[in-house]
Amino acid sequence: MNDTEGNKHDASNQLLKSPTGIQGFDEITNGGLPQGRPTLVCGSAGSGKTLFAMEFLVRGATEFNEPGVFLSFEETEEELKQNVSSLGFDLEDLVAREKLFMDYVSIEPSDIVETGEFDLDGLFIRLGDAIETVGAKRVVLDTLEALFAGLPNPTILRAEIRRLFRYLKSKGVTAVATAEQGDGSLTRHGLAEYVSDCVVQLDNRVNEQAATRRLRVVKYRGSQHGTNEYPFLIEQNGISVLPITSMGLDYEAPSEQIPSGLPRLDTMLGGGFYRGSSILVSGTPGTGKTSIAAHFADETCKGGERCLYFAFEESRKQIMRNMRSIGVELAPWEQKGLLRFHNVRPSQYVLEMHLVMMHKLIKEFKPEVVLIDPISNLLTIGNPPEVKSVLTRLIDFMKMDGITALFTSLLVRPSIEETAVGISSLMDTWIMLRDIETNGERNRGLYILKSRGMAHSNQVREFLLTSNGIDLLDVYTGPGGAMTGALRAAQEAKERAQALEHEQEIQRMQRELARERQALDAKISLLRSEFEAREDSLMRAISQAESREDVLAKEDVEIGRLRKADESAPPTQKL
Amino acid sequence: MCDPGKYFMLRLYVAGQSAKAIAAFANLKTICEEQLKGRYEIEVIDLLENPKLAREDQIVALPTLVRRLPPPLRKIIGDLSDTERVLIGLNLLPRPKA
Repeated sequence: MNDTEGNKHDASNQLLKSPTGIQGFDEITNGGLPQGRPTLVCGSAGSGKTLFAMEFLVRGATEFNEPGVFLSFEETEEELKQNVSSLGFDLEDLVAREKLFMDYVSIEPSDIVETGEFDLDGLFIRLGDAIETVGAKRVVLDTLEALFAGLPNPTILRAEIRRLFRYLKSKGVTAVATAEQGDGSLTRHGLAEYVSDCVVQLDNRVNEQAATRRLRVVKYRGSQHGTNEYPFLIEQNGISVLPITSMGLDYEAPSEQIPSGLPRLDTMLGGGFYRGSSILVSGTPGTGKTSIAAHFADETCKGGERCLYFAFEESRKQIMRNMRSIGVELAPWEQKGLLRFHNVRPSQYVLEMHLVMMHKLIKEFKPEVVLIDPISNLLTIGNPPEVKSVLTRLIDFMKMDGITALFTSLLVRPSIEETAVGISSLMDTWIMLRDIETNGERNRGLYILKSRGMAHSNQVREFLLTSNGIDLLDVYTGPGGAMTGALRAAQEAKERAQALEHEQEIQRMQRELARERQALDAKISLLRSEFEAREDSLMRAISQAESREDVLAKEDVEIGRLRKADESAPPTQKL
Repeated sequence: MCDPGKYFMLRLYVAGQSAKAIAAFANLKTICEEQLKGRYEIEVIDLLENPKLAREDQIVALPTLVRRLPPPLRKIIGDLSDTERVLIGLNLLPRPKA
């Protein structure tokens, strides 16, 4: 009982909150419902009040170990169990494990006659007993207004309801009371007067033939809260405020790489984008972001896959015309049903509404690739943390389904790489397009700022938009830094001239060498011929000399014979 | 008079010895003695002692008087100070035409 007093003191410093576990709601309210206090959830019939209240209890019991009591004035336990079983809530099990206590309070006005002073102690006793039975920390009263229909004497009822809320506070339970919406007032019976801590309004409105459920925190004493109307969905696993269910980080990470439509970009990325990854293409105005998106769309459809194109800036026709001018024909893909455009002005809805719409379309069209062009326009309509939370959900949702998403983002000049920093952490690949301005010329450069899980090129490529599409060229890198455009062309011409000169020089030297060799050869042959001539004459002289000797010898023998000398006598002796 | 000669089984639900509980019992006793002498029994249930019964018997307001017999089951709430309405509730007087 004294807990309330203690809580009040705490509240002056920091309000304690009970997380509801409802997707997105705790973000809007910075933590959930005020702990130990009653909250009023009001709305028209069918707006999802009972479900909201039930999910608050079920999540409390299953995720936060806070047992709960559901006091129902309208539906029996059986009806409730059936109604929420489609959402995957197994109330039977929770009741069996004493995590949940359900009590159907039936009031049949026809059998009741009032005969004087009464109070609602019977209800208090039931509630108190239920709270004690399961050790409840959460209580739902759905909906208290049934008391007005079932019991006479509204004056007593009002006083008793006031007492009931005080009682709930004294028990220290976090309570949710639902109430039917009145004409022009939050609640038909003015329950809002009694529950002053937190009021949540649910609504189911038809807008342009589409019913949208919305939620608004009308009041939250002592706490900051989002004041917008937030769309919510009732999905297979409960309520999801901000429609995209945050799946956490346990999605598949396919290693399949898909082509971007730009072969050279694929090379830079080592094969293409990963399937199911998120890609950010950011750049200053006119750097060709949409062109890259269009190439990717074209390539996706060529592969027979579906592509959903959210265009927030240009009309469908304008994109198609512009892309035709660079040789990308998107119209045939649209006719084949592989490509779908969705055009909408960002300012048309609040951020969350866009997400509902995107979520819906993605579910319907089941694309393999989603393009959002540009995401920066969405960023302008929400505050940064909100946008990030919302975008995280969108990306998680797409990753779960293995959808590859490409976001373009416009950067304003002074903060070139800052604008997108908030969202860049959500992206797997970040391609940056920028102007390279030199010598009175503006050229486009492309580089990969990051790409998770793949070896990627660190080089800047020059990026040309031609009538045949995008061309990625090597950027001239030399002593003067990176050069693009005409400068690059000039540099290349200069280099060509230099190269030519070089070649000529080499040729000249080669010719000289040849000449010298020739000269040398000539000299050698001259010497050789001189030598040969000399050798010739010498040889002749030698042979003459030899033959003379021979003759002399023969003459001696002849002389001897003539002298009748003994032929055996040595011929040398002469007289 | 409606339900003539039938035996009445009545149950009065209260929470402790509150002023309303005491008044209700006294009023009930008087009415029964006058109208149903010898053919009624009153069972008083203190829900503070037996809280589960509040749920089982669908009690919300207190004091509540339940006519268990004769059928149909009827519930009368309040301290039973309005005798005429008690008689109507017990089906001892016809309901006034609205």
